[in-house]
Amino acid sequence: MFRNTYDSDNTVFSPQGRLHQVEYALEAVKQGSAVVGLKSKTHAVLLALKRSTGELASYQQKMFRIDDHVGIGIAGLTSDARVLSNFMRQQAMGSRMVFNRAIPVNRLVNMMADKAQVNTQEYGRRPYGVGFLIIGQDQSGPHLYEFSPSGTAYEYYAMSIGARSQSAKTYLEKKYESFEDATLDELINHGLHALRETLQQDKELTNLNTSIGIVGPRGESEKGTAIKGGGAFRILQDDKVDVYLSRLEPKESTTTAAAPTGGDEDVAMDD
Amino acid sequence: MTSIGTGYDLSASTYSPDGRIFQIEYAAKAVENSGTAIGLRVKDGVVFAVEKLVHSKLLVPSSNRRIQTIDRHIGLATSGLLADGRHIGNRAREEAENYRETYRTPTPVQALADRIGLYVQAYTLYSSVRPFGISAIFGGIDKEGPQLYVVEPSGIFYGYHGAAVGKGRQLAKTELEKLDLPSLTVQEAVFEAARIIHLVHDDSKDKEFELELSWVGKETGGLHLPVPHELWVEADKRGREALDEDMVD
Amino acid sequence: MDHFPTNWGRPRNEAVDLYNTYPLHLRPDNGTYGRPKDSFEEGVQRTRQPIVTGTSVLAIKFKDGVIVAADNLASYGSLARFKDIQRLHAVGTHTVIGAGGDMSDFQHIQHDLDSLIISEFSEGDGHALGPAEIYEYLSQVMYARRSKMNPLWNSILVGGWKDGKSFLGYVDLIGTTYSASTLATGYGAYIAQPLLRKAVEGRENELTEEEAVKIVEESLKVLFYRDARSLNKYQIAIVNEKGVSISDSRIAPTEWSFAEGIRGYGAQTQ
Repeated sequence: MFRNTYDSDNTVFSPQGRLHQVEYALEAVKQGSAVVGLKSKTHAVLLALKRSTGELASYQQKMFRIDDHVGIGIAGLTSDARVLSNFMRQQAMGSRMVFNRAIPVNRLVNMMADKAQVNTQEYGRRPYGVGFLIIGQDQSGPHLYEFSPSGTAYEYYAMSIGARSQSAKTYLEKKYESFEDATLDELINHGLHALRETLQQDKELTNLNTSIGIVGPRGESEKGTAIKGGGAFRILQDDKVDVYLSRLEPKESTTTAAAPTGGDEDVAMDD
Repeated sequence: MTSIGTGYDLSASTYSPDGRIFQIEYAAKAVENSGTAIGLRVKDGVVFAVEKLVHSKLLVPSSNRRIQTIDRHIGLATSGLLADGRHIGNRAREEAENYRETYRTPTPVQALADRIGLYVQAYTLYSSVRPFGISAIFGGIDKEGPQLYVVEPSGIFYGYHGAAVGKGRQLAKTELEKLDLPSLTVQEAVFEAARIIHLVHDDSKDKEFELELSWVGKETGGLHLPVPHELWVEADKRGREALDEDMVD
Repeated sequence: MDHFPTNWGRPRNEAVDLYNTYPLHLRPDNGTYGRPKDSFEEGVQRTRQPIVTGTSVLAIKFKDGVIVAADNLASYGSLARFKDIQRLHAVGTHTVIGAGGDMSDFQHIQHDLDSLIISEFSEGDGHALGPAEIYEYLSQVMYARRSKMNPLWNSILVGGWKDGKSFLGYVDLIGTTYSASTLATGYGAYIAQPLLRKAVEGRENELTEEEAVKIVEESLKVLFYRDARSLNKYQIAIVNEKGVSISDSRIAPTEWSFAEGIRGYGAQTQ
């Protein structure tokens, strides 16, 4: 029934010192559709691919606002994400109430990581089955963090999580050196190109399946929209993303992405 | 005797017939696979150095620290599961605060190591939890002078002049033993620490790494702080150069 | 009247000891059945007045900083009990607090804020609490305590400097907060505040440090003459770009010859 003797619960180390249940939780993140995040000197953005269960269903919510200065994109179990984002909101509001200060992003992310760590150590719990990309800005500028079910949080220049996120990562690794001085519109454009890499061959980014999250000052294409506090977290979707989608370079038809293996149509289990 | 497949190695609350607790040994394995961390207790302070393995070039350098500050005068370098290291760090900060609230005096490093040792040991008693996959180097300056302790996954702790945990600990220990630690200053120890981390890093097996350095001593006014950037750059450079000279030999 | 027939005619009732015949440890008023007496059974008593107290704290803003001053006296009622108490305390790098009221409560607040600063330091991420944040925290603590009917018996001034701007705030034992360019607590709120306002208001961006010190020292001296719980030994804290500096104790020279003419004070002929 189990793949090995040491993977049935999270209180057991394997002889190699590994925690299989935690590693499987990391796989749960890959079940969700992709999220891409990247940052410049002035902005941090998230781009997510939303799934829909059918023609009659709406598209899922992939991004959540935590506070004026922080937002997240999720991949994995949405209900776990809602619990954790609720936790983050409480911490953020607590900081505003007690110190009259927007919580520093790293501390918010670490609090959540510390909470998730407990679920990797105690019997009767399971690790959270969701990964986050968190963007935010504070006194030290814009930030991008990746949170994972193992209870760790790392800060990145650019990152992607979720199904086929490796393709997006490859794009980001090629281009990340140019992000620092990019404008908001350039940043979003890079993000969309990275996100597109995670699509199945016959799929396209549309204004239905794409959402964009931003922190930082108003961009070129945001003229005329009201933005709280000169750069608060905002989510763009539907017709708001059209202008960015229209700037995408057409896909190179020569690249034929290798078909994914495994049961689920866009999950690579052998990653 | 082998542990695997016997059924005696599935819980921290189970002894094997020859009296071992394999889950603790497996937790120690998690440490052995992790980037090296060292601590040097010298004449006028303590220096920490960590080989932070970089798993992606997209990581922001100097963020994602593995050396933590526990109290004004105490630092902590961990090797093992990163998230467990933060757990231990948080607990240590609570213990330090508790000590301060009770005795209205800064926590002696030994008292802290003692308390964390008890805490870690509690996680080796029950099947409902797993041990910590962490070896923790606590160091700082207290009334008795510079102090250095290592807490292991079993909960045991020892005091050291020079301590090394993680992947490269054997080689690092050999190097530390060659030094006359009690007569070094922290200024000198920073360079030795950087050199040792560069030396034990295995280029052929491992990815890139980032050197992380911190210290506590007279120079820092008794505070545990990251080593200033210019000094870090110099130490990193010299560590690299020392390695190249070794190659030539 | 005990309506249980089985109890009639019995010499003792475990719950009532009319003739004080029980061994001491079993006496009902010592707590029934050996239970220790609950000292609080008649209701919980709270702090109703401060015990060892400090008097006024004064503070004003000036061109490139804030100045906070308080004398070194801690009174026990009308007794001048301690003459070397420091009532100013630096919190972090760019904030100072000064307190009047109960000195042990103030010492508790100092420990609390010190702990806060240490946990902030140990985050090691470059974020630090500025005066506005410390003031908010302190205000929340004071209000929470008064809401538990267990106040910290102080009035506190918070002075600080951040991002090129000065900060000055007041918070007291009931959680009242306000900000102004001149502040004074205790007796100073009546005696010194009008003097400070006259000297400072409208000139916050002109006053030099020397002028500010002079204004505060004058006001302290006036207070010393009129406030029987004050002392002419005091300290002054300056917060500016460079951080907090709290002076050593200074002694103000005072003149009492005029008192000879006051009835009931000097050597009276009648």
